[in-house]
Amino acid sequence: MSAYSVTEPSTRSKWFAGSLVILYALITMIPLAWIMLTGFKSPSDAISYPPKVVFEPTLEGYVNLFTTRTRQTQDFLEANPPQNWADEIVREYDMVIVGPSKFGERFLNSVIIGFGSTFLSIFLGTLAAYAFSRFKIPLADDLLFFILSTRMMPPIAVAIPIFLMYRNLGLSDTHLGMILLYTAVNISLAVWLLKGFIDEIPREYEEAALIDGYTRFQAFYKVVLPQAATGIASTAIFCLIFAWNEYAFAVLLTSATAQTAPPFIPTIIGVGGLDWPAVAAGATIFLLPVMIFTILLRKHLLRGITFGAVRK
Amino acid sequence: MTDTIANRAAKATPQKVARKIKGLSDRAIAWIFVAPTIFLLLAINIFPLIWTIQLSFTNYKANRLNREPEFIGLRNYERILTDSDIWLNMQATAHFLFWTIALQVLIGFTLAWLINKKFKGNDLWTTIIVLPMMLSPAVVGNFWKFLYQPQIGLFNYIIAFFTGKEPSSFEMLGSVQLAPWSIVIVDTWMWTPFVMLICLAGLRSIPDYIYEAAEVDRASKLRQFFTITIPMVLPFLMLAVLFRGIENFKMFDLVVQLTGGGPGSTTELTSINLKREAFEKWRTGYASAYAIILFVTVFGLASIYVKALNKVKER
Repeated sequence: MSAYSVTEPSTRSKWFAGSLVILYALITMIPLAWIMLTGFKSPSDAISYPPKVVFEPTLEGYVNLFTTRTRQTQDFLEANPPQNWADEIVREYDMVIVGPSKFGERFLNSVIIGFGSTFLSIFLGTLAAYAFSRFKIPLADDLLFFILSTRMMPPIAVAIPIFLMYRNLGLSDTHLGMILLYTAVNISLAVWLLKGFIDEIPREYEEAALIDGYTRFQAFYKVVLPQAATGIASTAIFCLIFAWNEYAFAVLLTSATAQTAPPFIPTIIGVGGLDWPAVAAGATIFLLPVMIFTILLRKHLLRGITFGAVRK
Repeated sequence: MTDTIANRAAKATPQKVARKIKGLSDRAIAWIFVAPTIFLLLAINIFPLIWTIQLSFTNYKANRLNREPEFIGLRNYERILTDSDIWLNMQATAHFLFWTIALQVLIGFTLAWLINKKFKGNDLWTTIIVLPMMLSPAVVGNFWKFLYQPQIGLFNYIIAFFTGKEPSSFEMLGSVQLAPWSIVIVDTWMWTPFVMLICLAGLRSIPDYIYEAAEVDRASKLRQFFTITIPMVLPFLMLAVLFRGIENFKMFDLVVQLTGGGPGSTTELTSINLKREAFEKWRTGYASAYAIILFVTVFGLASIYVKALNKVKER
């Protein structure tokens, strides 16, 4: 028998708490589960009443998401038999696939801009965080607060001059423009989080390296960087998720070449209004990576969402 | 020999000087490391801000390239602060802010308190609960729009199932009474985990011995809750409220996808209103003044709040 502890909840209260939390978790998952299910429905199943929980799964939503299709005459359809399973699915509607949709392109833009801005914010952020953590910088607190305060502005307010500035510089609707913009937004998070992580690495390590004849710079990248690797990785994931999810700047500053997925997904139009299974398929593909990253990140989650203010 | 002299000289050189010769000085490195970040923020945050301030005193319209902006002084500010429609937007924002924060604090704290009972598997369920807050708000808004459809939507179906109403008898997004609540519900669904995580950190930071001491003093569980748990979690809770407050004051993507500000302008939060002025009506000067007013409001409220937070922490 274990020792009696006043702070250890009784078995009954554990059961009670556990069931309530699980109930909440299950309810909160319904919308997500529903959208993932809808991705595998046919358009008529998706809008049936009462809502269908049991249905015949189809990849139609995914096919519609990735392709553009046109309606064809019976003669044409008979003369050109379907070549693969995707063709067969659209044949049911007397249609043929004429090419890829814009979704792949938009998704790729999200990847390029997401990784580009993450790399840049981590690169700049690590340097700045190291300097703030190790050196006496005049007005360091004010500078750090200034870096944080840039996050308080509503994105639309910042977007007005950025829109004008980018128009003059030819950066509107370009990957580079979006990468720079997201880096500027993310850098505050990167500096604050990374400073916290680097603060936790004992200075003695570097001092030992300096005495051994390393230069300050060598000590930075041979001693501090490897020690901060976990912190850098989790900060990078936070930056990536932000850039991945961002909508306001993307919808205002991009339209064609550099448009990311969030402004695009809601505009997927099918025959007779929104094609909900295709929208759901797009949302699923778009949200899954973030969910996986969230699970990987769970230990540093709290730190990331509070800019390092709360550490566990 | 010269070789040994050089060696001896190297050994005799003080560490500091040797380091300076081998690499850059610490001071130089500090500036080289910080400068790019500061430069980027100056170029993409501060310069635009100053430009916005300048534009806010003009009648510039960004869609008319060949017309020179005219300086009109404080006219834009005057017009905004006396416009009754903008006060309606402010009211919609206040309603949204108040209810999302109230509900998220209530549910978030309760959940954290339950999770802190350390039942088996609490880590797993915490991770599941946290998922919604990491998702793209625009995509979340878009799929909740699907759930809110009056005839086919799952939300209406479930509510109808429990209340016995017709699922098509109420429109969450289309009715003036319900639309403000529909955005509160989605935001609460999405962000309650945020408040929960921070509260959980607060609860876990309370050392066991405080409760043990209270138990020795025969304080009731209820009394322990109000004199130990609540005061110890309060700074954390206030921090969560600060973050949610700033974020929801800026709220744009989720609500624009859900309601687009409608019906009419019942859910037109200030950010959405600002977007209309700036990028649909192209009243750039006017919208700039509006942006400055919003920024000053957030910044002012946040600074007052941070002061209060620090006072609570000191206690």
